[in-house]
Amino acid sequence: MTMASASDGRVVLDAGDISRALTRISHEILEHNKGASDLILLGLQTRGVPLAKRLAAKIEAVEGHPVAVGSLDITMYRDDIKSQPTRAPHKTSVPGSIDGKTVVLVDDVLFSGRTIRAALDALSDLGRPAVVRLAVLVDRGHRELPIRADHVGKNLPTARSERVRLKLIETDGEDEVRLESVPTGAAPHETVGETE
Amino acid sequence: MKNLLSIDDVSLQEVERIFSTAAEMHDVQAREVKKLPALRGRTVINLFFEDSTRTRSSFEIAGKWLSADVINLSAKGSSTSKGESLRDTALTVTSMGIDGLVIRHPASGAPAQVAAWTGVPVINAGDGTHEHPTQALLDAYALTRKLGSLEGKHVAIVGDLTHSRVFRSNIKLLAKLGARVTVVAPPTLMPSGVGPWSAHDGFATSYDLDAVLPEADAVMMLRVQKERMSGGYFPSAREYAVTYGLTRSRLDLLKPGTPILHPGPMNRGLEISPEAADAADSLILEQVSAGVAVRMAVLYHLLAGEAEA
Repeated sequence: MTMASASDGRVVLDAGDISRALTRISHEILEHNKGASDLILLGLQTRGVPLAKRLAAKIEAVEGHPVAVGSLDITMYRDDIKSQPTRAPHKTSVPGSIDGKTVVLVDDVLFSGRTIRAALDALSDLGRPAVVRLAVLVDRGHRELPIRADHVGKNLPTARSERVRLKLIETDGEDEVRLESVPTGAAPHETVGETE
Repeated sequence: MKNLLSIDDVSLQEVERIFSTAAEMHDVQAREVKKLPALRGRTVINLFFEDSTRTRSSFEIAGKWLSADVINLSAKGSSTSKGESLRDTALTVTSMGIDGLVIRHPASGAPAQVAAWTGVPVINAGDGTHEHPTQALLDAYALTRKLGSLEGKHVAIVGDLTHSRVFRSNIKLLAKLGARVTVVAPPTLMPSGVGPWSAHDGFATSYDLDAVLPEADAVMMLRVQKERMSGGYFPSAREYAVTYGLTRSRLDLLKPGTPILHPGPMNRGLEISPEAADAADSLILEQVSAGVAVRMAVLYHLLAGEAEA
């Protein structure tokens, strides 16, 4: 783990840490599910999607056959939809039916829990999975709803005034999780790599 | 975008946003549960002062699939048939606390007037011979899905141009998307003053359908609007069909795979032959399903979020 200068905040996970965290999560998922049968990884748009794909690749490397992976967009299900300008939704693509399957929702940062609540609503419109689990790369706390993750890459105690800046090669050109102080007056959640 | 009264209200960027949203809405139509909660708690009134089947039901389905409460009012059987003015009707329904109005009216400019009176977001679902912006959006969306980018594509719009609001919205939108448009009509149905107008909006005019069809990348046939015709615009239906209809024999003039569009309802045997309407390259039914997706996208961007300043 490397430390950056104070003005840029602090790097809490570098590329190697992210890779190791995802490897561990992929093994945890396989262990819980007793293999990769009836398993679907659904990444939450936008940065959850590349994370889900990476987890699927790691699971495939262990199991020897591909695992179903898709993407879920929750724009229409947000509970703050009325208080913001509308955004165009991203792609939702689910590989086949989710009925009776084990669905693992994959997201980058778990914060208030509102994104996951919306994702559970979106999921119930798509079918009825047997089990839904949640995997996140970073859990920064400050939950506003009774939601917890089953698989966590890094528990990161934060102050509300701090923000977690997560970058991935697929979307931002590099792998890095950085903890930054937010200047007074700025909203801590308006940041790259944090969906809540 | 606060209202959608004309294609002039939407920038190219907003059109692209509507199309990408519509693509997601299209996927929702294939699901078992065709509902999204985006407009939950919002109420939309469809105020139709002219007969309509597809536009009204399309807006109704679009609103309902976004979880809005949708109420249909038509002029027949409502207070307007008792002599109430448009202004009083509009102010009455908006006083009920609704969030959006979809209006079709025989008078050009009526939706714009209602928007000015009420301040409620208004969508023009066809006003007189002025515009029908959601029809143009769904036409262009269906064409984009078929042809990819419309940049440089040649679209022929054929038929009763004088009475067509669909054509007026389409030439603006197709130009915005970079398409080349040629409009074809008999001289009696070519709008007066079309010369300077076509120079301004960048479309070509022609009276010769057979010359235009081989060059077209898409053909959009328009309905002959007999209900708006006060005089004889052509000698007989038979002559119109022979000269300007998309007949079975004219299909051979088209390049293979050229999509055929029609906003409906069709006069089969007049502007379009059954063979053309039911051809493999006909997009007519796809236009209908695209209509729901595009109207969902428009309702969502207009009504779901916080109003733009």
